[in-house]
Amino acid sequence: MTDVTTRRRQRPALTPGQWVGRAAVILVLLVFAAFFVLPIIWMVLAPTKTNSQLLLDGPFSFGSFDQLAANWNELFAFGSGIFSTWLGNSAFYSFAALAITLVVSIPAGYALALIEFKGRRLLLVTTLIVMLIPNTALVLPIFLELSAAKLIGNPLAVILPFSFFPFGVYLTYIYFSTAVSRDLLNAARIDGAGELRVFAQVAMPLATPVIALVGFFSFVANWNNYFLPFLVVGGTKIPVQVGLANMLANVPAFNPTTASSIVIQLPTLALATLLSVAPILLIFLFAQRFLVEGMTAGGTKE
Amino acid sequence: MNAGQLRYGYVFVSGYTLLLLAFGLLPTLYALYLSFTRNGAFVGVDNFARVFADYRFLPAVLHVALYVLFWLVSLIVFVVLLAVIVHGIRVRWLGNAARFLFYVPGAIAGASSVLLWLFVLDPSVSPVSGLLHAMGYESLVNVVAVGNLPVVFTVIAFWAGAGSWIVIMYGALNNIPVEVMEAARIDGAGPVQTAWHIQLPMLKKWISYMGVMSLAAGTQLFVEPKILAQATKNVVPEDYSLNQLAYLYAFRQNDFSGSAAISVVLLVVALGLSAIFIFRGKLFERD
Repeated sequence: MTDVTTRRRQRPALTPGQWVGRAAVILVLLVFAAFFVLPIIWMVLAPTKTNSQLLLDGPFSFGSFDQLAANWNELFAFGSGIFSTWLGNSAFYSFAALAITLVVSIPAGYALALIEFKGRRLLLVTTLIVMLIPNTALVLPIFLELSAAKLIGNPLAVILPFSFFPFGVYLTYIYFSTAVSRDLLNAARIDGAGELRVFAQVAMPLATPVIALVGFFSFVANWNNYFLPFLVVGGTKIPVQVGLANMLANVPAFNPTTASSIVIQLPTLALATLLSVAPILLIFLFAQRFLVEGMTAGGTKE
Repeated sequence: MNAGQLRYGYVFVSGYTLLLLAFGLLPTLYALYLSFTRNGAFVGVDNFARVFADYRFLPAVLHVALYVLFWLVSLIVFVVLLAVIVHGIRVRWLGNAARFLFYVPGAIAGASSVLLWLFVLDPSVSPVSGLLHAMGYESLVNVVAVGNLPVVFTVIAFWAGAGSWIVIMYGALNNIPVEVMEAARIDGAGPVQTAWHIQLPMLKKWISYMGVMSLAAGTQLFVEPKILAQATKNVVPEDYSLNQLAYLYAFRQNDFSGSAAISVVLLVVALGLSAIFIFRGKLFERD
């Protein structure tokens, strides 16, 4: 703040051109802030309303907590509680894949950064290439492969592909090659520590930030993934992303010709949408500082 | 480095290497194999020829191309603009808050973001229904008419994805030495000239990174048209994008070879872009 005031004192009054420029900048910021945030605010408020309130009241009005409870009950009664099954599936797939990802990626990134084994360069370049292709590009090929392996419908068909997370290996590699010195590891070796002990007792305690970062990115990517689980699991095994899309078939407002006798009202669907992203949204809200720093670090450390 | 250490190198990368083979290399090879065979017999480029001749193929390519064009232009223009503006905010908490606001929709991806945008684009419940009515739209079906789809998908993708690029560009702008910016100011450069002559050239590498990544991701368009098709009872066609077409080949026509052929085409595009970027660009050079 002091910076701004001193600057203002030093500068001559703004010319009309500068005023226009400044107003334009503020306008652009406000328009984009509204664009990014209003849909989220709407989504948080919609589940507190009845269907007619949603259609007739102002878009950013608050309904009531009673109505929120009513919508909540309707959502969790839908399909005899199928929504909680979907949430449970999402959590199971995401956490199982997260665990495998950490167990395989952290040692791999460590070895790529600090051990000169043969084939290291090849593995590194392959990792980079696969990391940069969009993950959807491999979904149909993976589906074709899993269907040849008769794994379709098996939870492993979701968990194992989710566990393959080259970006996590890359982040770990960057972290170990910049933040941990080889001398430190060599000192431990001279003291007689074996390779496993060097990794477990010297490198791992230093790696907490990168473990958290990889864990976060892996969890978010897995939780939000729609395409792969949509293809490889069905019935009661689908995660919430796929279930949410399936609920659309029961929404008469979007689908006037809906054949189903079970009807979902719009506020209930809005609540389902909100709950489907709630875990990720909470992580974002609480870890924003850490994340923004981590993201910039991944990119700008060169 | 002794032999024991090297051996542990292999132990440490073994789990990841297995996953890389199983879900990176093997599916690619298997899709290649399927795309050149039919019922196990080698058929040359027959599958590709059949898919390319499909009356739905060319429209899908055009749909995706148009969408990618809109998306890339909007990303490059608005991400750079917003990053420069946010970087210029001198009040610290305001700058942080702006970055966070832009970034937070990134939490809402996949089917959830499309669901949310179904509400936003439906004039009867939309938070911006006034705007939609003013533009002459009375129902969701009007808004998502096929001609509007490239713009609709651009808006959805930009909403969820632009924030993280703004944060990355902002980080890159922070790497420009203060002295350079100060020198420009002393030389009398205004904010626009500084942005154009100093900040933009410094961002070039990151802009091309964003462009290549987004181009590759854009060609994969699937979940948005898929869910809109579901919601509008196919007012949005279910064969709008290439990935949807590949999906229909596998699931509707039981034609895995044709599906593999389309995936191989998309995969070659993605691999090509990523490889060019790694071998020509200098972004990931560190050893």
